[in-house]
Amino acid sequence: MIDEKVADSSKSSGGQQPQHGRRIQDAVIRLAGNSQDGIQAIGGFLARLAGRTDKDVMTYMTIPATISGGPSIYQVRLGTGEVLSAGDDVDILVTFYQHSYNDHINTLRDGGILIYDSDNVQPEPNQKRYRAVGVPITGQTVEAIGGTAKDKGKNMFVLGLLARMFDLDVPKLETMLQAYYKSKGDDVIRNVIGAFNAGYGYDIGKVTDTFEFEVPGNKIARKQVVMDGNQAIAYGALAAGIRFGAGYPITPWSSIMEILRAELPKYGGMFVQAEDELAAIAMACGASYSGYLSLTGTSGPGLSLKTEALGWAVMAEMPLVIIDVQRGGPSTGLPTSVEQSDLNIACFGGHGDSPRIVLAPASVEDCFYTTLEAAKFAREYSSPVIVLTDQAIATRFEAWEMPDLAKLTQDITPNFAPRGPSYKPYENTTDGIAHHAPPGTPMVDGKYPVVTGLEHDEAGHPASRPANHVMMVAKRRRKLQVLASRLPKAETYGPTEGNVLLIGWGSSQGPIREAVDKARAAGESVSALNIRYIQPLQPGIGEILDGFNHIFVAEINDEGLYGYGQLAALLRARFCNDKIRGINKTDGLPFKVREILNGITEKTKQSAEPALANV
Amino acid sequence: MIAESKNLQVNEIKLTDRPKYTRKDLVADQPTWCPGCGDFSVLSIYFKMMEKLQIPHEKITSIAGIGCSSRFPYFVNAYGVHFLHGRAAPFATGVSLMRPDLHLFVFGGDGDAFSIGGNHLNHAARKNVKMTYVIMDNFVYGLTKKQTSPTSPLGFKSKTDPTGAIDHPINPMKQLIASGATFIARTHSHLPNHVMEMMEKAMQHDGFSVIECLSECTEFYPGAFDAANPRKGGAFNLVPADHDLTDEIGAYKLAMTPFPGYFGVFYQEQRATKNALEAKLITDAKAKTENATPVELLQKTFARLS
Repeated sequence: MIDEKVADSSKSSGGQQPQHGRRIQDAVIRLAGNSQDGIQAIGGFLARLAGRTDKDVMTYMTIPATISGGPSIYQVRLGTGEVLSAGDDVDILVTFYQHSYNDHINTLRDGGILIYDSDNVQPEPNQKRYRAVGVPITGQTVEAIGGTAKDKGKNMFVLGLLARMFDLDVPKLETMLQAYYKSKGDDVIRNVIGAFNAGYGYDIGKVTDTFEFEVPGNKIARKQVVMDGNQAIAYGALAAGIRFGAGYPITPWSSIMEILRAELPKYGGMFVQAEDELAAIAMACGASYSGYLSLTGTSGPGLSLKTEALGWAVMAEMPLVIIDVQRGGPSTGLPTSVEQSDLNIACFGGHGDSPRIVLAPASVEDCFYTTLEAAKFAREYSSPVIVLTDQAIATRFEAWEMPDLAKLTQDITPNFAPRGPSYKPYENTTDGIAHHAPPGTPMVDGKYPVVTGLEHDEAGHPASRPANHVMMVAKRRRKLQVLASRLPKAETYGPTEGNVLLIGWGSSQGPIREAVDKARAAGESVSALNIRYIQPLQPGIGEILDGFNHIFVAEINDEGLYGYGQLAALLRARFCNDKIRGINKTDGLPFKVREILNGITEKTKQSAEPALANV
Repeated sequence: MIAESKNLQVNEIKLTDRPKYTRKDLVADQPTWCPGCGDFSVLSIYFKMMEKLQIPHEKITSIAGIGCSSRFPYFVNAYGVHFLHGRAAPFATGVSLMRPDLHLFVFGGDGDAFSIGGNHLNHAARKNVKMTYVIMDNFVYGLTKKQTSPTSPLGFKSKTDPTGAIDHPINPMKQLIASGATFIARTHSHLPNHVMEMMEKAMQHDGFSVIECLSECTEFYPGAFDAANPRKGGAFNLVPADHDLTDEIGAYKLAMTPFPGYFGVFYQEQRATKNALEAKLITDAKAKTENATPVELLQKTFARLS
């Protein structure tokens, strides 16, 4: 956040001169307009530029669920320190329309800067809370590139303004613009650069402060890559050796299938757009059976449909990776908002006892590595693995360290070596793990296996004998217990003992860590635990829980009939620890740091060990 | 990947090195069907065809949904999958696209094909995914003990229609012609030679081939197909010799003939399979990227995003 001195100076701004070149660590910029204004493009360029200039970045966006038009925002937090969340309060708000101003002015912090299109917006007069800077964005863009293109160029004009305001690396930015718009032809590039230069040349420094990001001090220069969470999952799948995928379009999952449809043929594979969600997972089961680990994916409503075949994959012990990009539910719910309310269906959805592996990536970088790990577990444990990501991670850009692709990239070649004699696809091994043979594999004793969703004996023949079902149910459960014992021990963020433990999963990790940092800076005893392995759970969690007076699970879902969110209920069932309580929210928005801290204060104020009185 | 499927030959035992197998080598579990069930005939002909063609066991893959006829894979000593009710076609699509080296058969009943899996069949057909789908149509739900099926004729008395079926039944052949399948035939399990002829033609067809095989349920709908069985005094009318197989309208006319209708191949066309079209996408993409390895491709992508 821009430091307080700036805030103070602007508070008393009357006619005072703007200050220039003030050094800041990070800044939260929110762009508010309509979805066709290309504000996502501004945010995307800022994020990529940050990645290339060794800054951390996190973005947050909303897209209307309507097909075209409708209000839309893009928030970028750029910084030279570690950026953990998209930021609670906005330092710089750019509004294109009156409705953008009306809807978002309350997110601007006290002492922040409002930049508004003076051709379209009339801000509240004579207020002292923030500094209002009018720029005739529409008029200036029209002047720069001509009348007809005004709606198209405004985003580039604003990008120019911001580049001037934050002293961004203009040559790098121009190179990125040239490369991005190359395929659109010379006219478009000319307009893009024209609008950008008009914004940069507007000299916003005459009317407001300008800033410089601090040069990173102790930070080791690293090569960074910038992408959103869905890209990280798609490229993670390619690196994992997945060569077949099938899916059905649904927001916000679709961009993963779009990337894979375009990319997989280069890798000798394919992605099939299926007729529905049931067919998509059925195709993926078929391709996995044929010897090639496969992927399917969806969002909330699609996971409901996929649970039928998910049960088959558990029963048939078929390796499979299933991506669920969570959105608000139930039913069609909130298609473009975030919620962490699919944990229960991911862990328990479907009839019968059907244990499966569930992983939840906590950041964009983690989306990449989790997909690799999901593929590994699917293959090693002959099990479906669900990756629970969410709309917030799916659509936000983060800069992260370039992975060692040569080391990580896997090649999956089916094993057609002859099997047998007495090969059993469902052998009741000590660890419960067995692997089916792909068709094409000769059996030396001439007996060929069937894989099936019926309860079966070790050879795959239908078998409903009581003792056999007991044995097979235990076998399918046991292999996940074996996986649990092999998982790394749970580790806290901060000390392993203290007053408050904040537990979270998925995209909430960032704001939770930032809350911990903030609380600890104020002298409070707060640590965090991120649950990445949702099912099975890692070893060591029980011991960690024992070390704290208060335990809160912060998750974006409802507190439920009995007062506990989905992960909180799971942990209470597992550890019988009545200290576990929830900080829940259902507004379809990512956690703000403040919401987490306020939740702790509120819920501990009656207790013997109140927390966060100072924060 | 699939373009490299010739690598799959590595572990194959050469056909010439193997002793010829016989029908008994293909027999697995004892069928659970009722005595006299029409499905026995289809199973027997499947064995006979494989024996005749000497397809190696490991290259035969039988996939089924749920129903009496869908027990099929357990009875065949080859690779088999017992999948979900109605979803055998998309499962087989995944197998077929990744493994063009296999001989892929889907077996199921009228419930699988025309009720719970109706849409899946349509899409596998229009995409022309290489496989042979044999629908053993008995006009009744047998495994669940006599409920109305999508092909039960009007007036058929079942446990769910005690006073007789009132819902207009599906005309399987019309449905299949409209689906875009590229090989469509109709046969009757009581005429094994005809079943064999249709199965062989279907297997040789490069694309989605589908056969409706009237297969009597002796338990819950005995005598349903007597009208098409010459031994029971019925008429087994073959598709007229002058019928043009590529004439879609002509095929509809055959399909609309009142029961027992015609038997034989109604429609056949050569259209690019999805298998071939996807393989071409791979070949083209690989040519464009100069056969870059996965690591090289990923490194290039990540460099662009850095």
